[in-house]
Amino acid sequence: MQNNIRILTAGDSSLLVEFGKEISPEINRKIAATVQLMRDQYIEGVVDVIPAFCSLLINYDPRVIAYEEIKERIQCLLKVEVKGSENRKKVYEIPVCYGGEYGPDIANIAQHAGLSEEEVIKIHSSRDYLIYMLGFLPGFCYLGGLDERIHTPRLANPRIKINAGSVGIGGSQTGIYPLDSPGGWQLMGMTPVKTYDPDREVPILVEAGDYIRFVPIDEAEYKRIKELVERGEYQCIVHEGEV
Amino acid sequence: MGIRILKGGMLTTVQDLGRTGYQSQGFSVAGVMDVRSFKIANLLLDNPENEAVLEFTLIGPTLEFTSATIIAITGGDFQPTINGEPAPMYKALYMNKGDILKFGSARTGSRGYIAFSSYLDIPVEMGSRCTNLKSRLGGFKGRKLQAGDYITFRIKRRYLPFFLSRELEGDNFDQEETVLRVIMGPQDDLFSKQGIETFLNSEYTVTSDFDRMGCRLEGPFIAPKDTSDIISDGIAFGSVQVPSHGKPIILLSDRQTTGGYGKIATVASVDIPKLVQRKTDHKIRFRAITVQEAQKLYLEEVKELDEMRKTIHQPCKEVLDCRLVAKRLTKLFEC
Repeated sequence: MQNNIRILTAGDSSLLVEFGKEISPEINRKIAATVQLMRDQYIEGVVDVIPAFCSLLINYDPRVIAYEEIKERIQCLLKVEVKGSENRKKVYEIPVCYGGEYGPDIANIAQHAGLSEEEVIKIHSSRDYLIYMLGFLPGFCYLGGLDERIHTPRLANPRIKINAGSVGIGGSQTGIYPLDSPGGWQLMGMTPVKTYDPDREVPILVEAGDYIRFVPIDEAEYKRIKELVERGEYQCIVHEGEV
Repeated sequence: MGIRILKGGMLTTVQDLGRTGYQSQGFSVAGVMDVRSFKIANLLLDNPENEAVLEFTLIGPTLEFTSATIIAITGGDFQPTINGEPAPMYKALYMNKGDILKFGSARTGSRGYIAFSSYLDIPVEMGSRCTNLKSRLGGFKGRKLQAGDYITFRIKRRYLPFFLSRELEGDNFDQEETVLRVIMGPQDDLFSKQGIETFLNSEYTVTSDFDRMGCRLEGPFIAPKDTSDIISDGIAFGSVQVPSHGKPIILLSDRQTTGGYGKIATVASVDIPKLVQRKTDHKIRFRAITVQEAQKLYLEEVKELDEMRKTIHQPCKEVLDCRLVAKRLTKLFEC
C-alpha cells in the first residue's frame, strides 16, 4: 500500500501525503481509512486535515511537533494495514424532487443525452455516488461515478444565484449546492434536506468516503419533508453495510 | 457597554486565528491575515493569544466607545486619532466613555488591528469568533462591519499592571520591496528547471487583485514542464499556486480548502505578514529555504514574542527614577 505514497512538504506547517495520481475509489478509501486512523491514534500537534481525491493535507503546529518527527509518525501510520473499515459503506439517502420549477434545466440534460426526462431521473437516481472529498463551499461534495450518458456541459451563462438544495450536473460531475451560490451547473431537481445547516448540532451531514443515493420524490413529499426539516425533526435515512 | 461603528472603513471584520478543524468539510479557515500584528496587539493587553480583534484594510473605521476599556493598535499605520489627537500605536491606551477612535487610510502597510482588554462579545461558532465572509459565518452577523453596528464587551477589564511599560517598538511596513522566503513544493516537480529559476530570480509585482482570499502577482512567466493542472488537493496558508497563465497567486486566509493548480512553493509562516502588508505595485522576490530553516525562524519568532511579553511586565524605568517620581508627586501636591 505504501509503495506509491509520497510525503511532500507544503510549507513549515503542513505536509501533503500523496497516495497516487488518479481518481479511484480504492485510493480514496485508503485516504478515508488514514484519516480515521489519525483520529484513533491522536498525534499531538495536528491541527487540521484536508482529505482530497488522492491526497491528504495535514496541518500541524511546529511549536508542538517538528517536521522530521511528524513525517516519521505519518510514515509509521501508513504502514498500518487498514482492514475492516475499508469495506464499510455508509449511504445517505437524499430525496430529490426532479424537474419542473425544481429542476429548470432537466430538459437540457435530457435533450443533450437524447433521452426522456424520466430516463434521466432513473439513471441519476439508480446508483450510489462516492463522496471523494468536500471543498469549494461548506459541505459541497465532489461525487464520483456519474453515468456517462447524462454528462452535460455547464451552462454558457452561469446563474447569479442558485438556491441551496439544488441538485445539478456540471460536465461529468453531479452534486448538491449546500448554500445559495452563483454557479453554472444544469439544475435537475431540488432536495428539501439541508446538507449544510449552521444551526444544527452537526452542521455537515456527510464526510469524505461516505456515499450519496438520490431518491426521487414528488412535490407533496418534498413539501412534507421540507416542513419537517424546518422544524428540525427530519432524520436523514442512512444505510450502513458492506461494500 | 462596547463600541459603536460610526464608519466601517473599506473592510473591517472581527477576526482571530481562524476556524480550524473543519477544512475537511469545506470550511475555509479565515482568521487574521497578519498573524504577527494580531498576536502583538493581544499581547500588549495580556489577552489570551487567540482573542478576537478588529482587522481593517486600506481605509480604517471610526469607532465610538460607549464604555471605558483599554485597547492596543498594531499593523500598518492608519494615522489613528483619539478625539482628534494623534494616538500612538503598539501601546496600551486607555479609552473613556464617549471617546472617538478614528483611522484614516494606510500610510504604511495595508492592514491594521485593534485589540480590546474587555473582549468583544461575539459568539463562538465552530470554535472561533472569526468572520468567514463567503459562508456568512461567524464574526458580526457573518459580514463586514458598517455604520450603525454595535458590539458589546464581554467583561469589564479597565486595569492592567505595569501600564506605562506596555509599549513596544512597532514593525516597519515602509519598504516597497520585500523578499519572501519560501519552502519549495509540494508540486515544484511540475515546473521546468527554467521555470523554477524564473520564479526564484525575478521580481514580481503585487496587482490590485489582492484580497483576503489571495494575492495575484504580475511578472515573468513560470514555465511548467507539461501542465500545472493537478487533481484538486488541500491548500496551505501561503501556498504559491501557478495556474497555466504562469503567474503566481499566493493563497491567504479566506482561501478555498482545495484547489486544482500546482503549487510551486509555500511562503514561510514568518514572512506571510510581510506579504499581507504590501500594496498594489509593491515588488516581491522569492528566496528558497529549507523547511527546517523555516521552522527555526518560526520558533525564533515565538521566542521574540515571549521576550516582548517580558518587557511589558517590567516596571517602567521612569517610575524607578526616584527624582522623577518625587518631582511628579510634588506637582500633584501643588495642584
